[in-house]
Amino acid sequence: MLKRLKRLWVVMKSPSSASMGFILLLGFTGGIIFWGGFNTGMEATNTEEFCAGCHAPIVKEIRETIHYSNRSGVRAICSDCHVPHNWTDKIVRKVQASKELVAFAMGTISTDEKFQARRGHLADREWQRMKGNDSQECRNCHQFDFMDFSEQGARSVKQHSTALASGEKTCVDCHKGIAHQLPNMEGIEGW
Amino acid sequence: MKKLLTAIITAGIVALSASPVWSADADDYMTNSGGVESLRGQVEISTINKSESLKQVPRDQKLIDRNYVQQPPMIPHTTRGYQVNLNANKCLSCHSFKNAGEMGATKISVTHYETRDGMTLSDVSPRRYFCLQCHVTQADAKPLVGNTFQPVDSLR
Repeated sequence: MLKRLKRLWVVMKSPSSASMGFILLLGFTGGIIFWGGFNTGMEATNTEEFCAGCHAPIVKEIRETIHYSNRSGVRAICSDCHVPHNWTDKIVRKVQASKELVAFAMGTISTDEKFQARRGHLADREWQRMKGNDSQECRNCHQFDFMDFSEQGARSVKQHSTALASGEKTCVDCHKGIAHQLPNMEGIEGW
Repeated sequence: MKKLLTAIITAGIVALSASPVWSADADDYMTNSGGVESLRGQVEISTINKSESLKQVPRDQKLIDRNYVQQPPMIPHTTRGYQVNLNANKCLSCHSFKNAGEMGATKISVTHYETRDGMTLSDVSPRRYFCLQCHVTQADAKPLVGNTFQPVDSLR
C-alpha cells in the first residue's frame, strides 16, 4: 500500500512529457465538468420535486396562495424562499441541510401526523432564520426601494412606510404563513 | 303482388319517418319547471348556465355604513389567504383587543367575549371565533333581487 502511494507520488511529482497545451486543455475540460456537475447537482436539490420527497404535504399547501396562483403567472418555488440565492450563503445553507438528511433517515416527518406535530418547530426555525438575515429571500424579489406606496393598499402603506422603512421590523415579522398553513400561533408575537 | 308489397313498404317507411314529435319545446318546459322563472332565468333544470364572471373584492375601501342596528360590520378590505382555523386567526392579529390599538384597526365588539349563556370570557368566545360567518367582504355587485329596504331613521 505504502509502496503504491510512493509510486503515485513520484508519478505526480515528475514532469510529464505531455505538452503544456494538452495539460491545460485537460485542466479546463475537467474544471468545466466538475464545476458544472457540482452546480447542476446542487440545482437538482433546489427543485420542487426534491423538496416534496420529504415535505410533501407542505408543498401542496402553496397551491392556494398568491405565490402559486395569481393574476400574472409569476410564481415562487420552495427554494426561492428557503434557500439563499447568493452563492456562499447557499453553500452554508446546503451544508446545514445535511442535518435534515439525518431527519430523513430517521423518518422524523415521514407521516402526516408526525409532520403536523412538528410543524410549529419547523416554522419557528424558518422564522428565526429569516429574521436573522433580514428576510433576505423575500427581498430577492420584493425590494423595498422599488415599492410604490401609491400602488399599495392603505393598510400596507401604513406598515411599510413606518416599521419596515425604519428597519424596526422585517418582512417575516408580519408575513407569516403566506405560503403555508400556520402552526398553532398561541404566544407568537403579533398574534 | 309485387306492386302491393312495394306500396306497403313505402307506406311503412313514410309512416315511420314521419313519426310523431312528442316533445314540443313548450310542453317540456312546463313539465320540468312548471313555468317558474328563477334567478337562473327561464331555463330547464338540466341546463347548465354559463357562469357569471367572479366579482373582484377591492383591496381597500372606505368603511361601509351599516343598514340596521344589529348588522355585523362588513369587511372593507380583501381577506384572501387569511387563515382562520384551529391554529391561527389572522383577523384577530389586527382586530383583537390586544392588537387593535397598535394596528389601528377596529376592535371586535365586547359581545364576542360572551358565551350564549351570557358569561363573559377572557378571550373570544368559540361561537364568535369564525369571523367570516357574519362579517363578509364586499364587491361592487348588483343585487340579484330588488328590494325596498330602508335603514331606520337614526342610521340614514
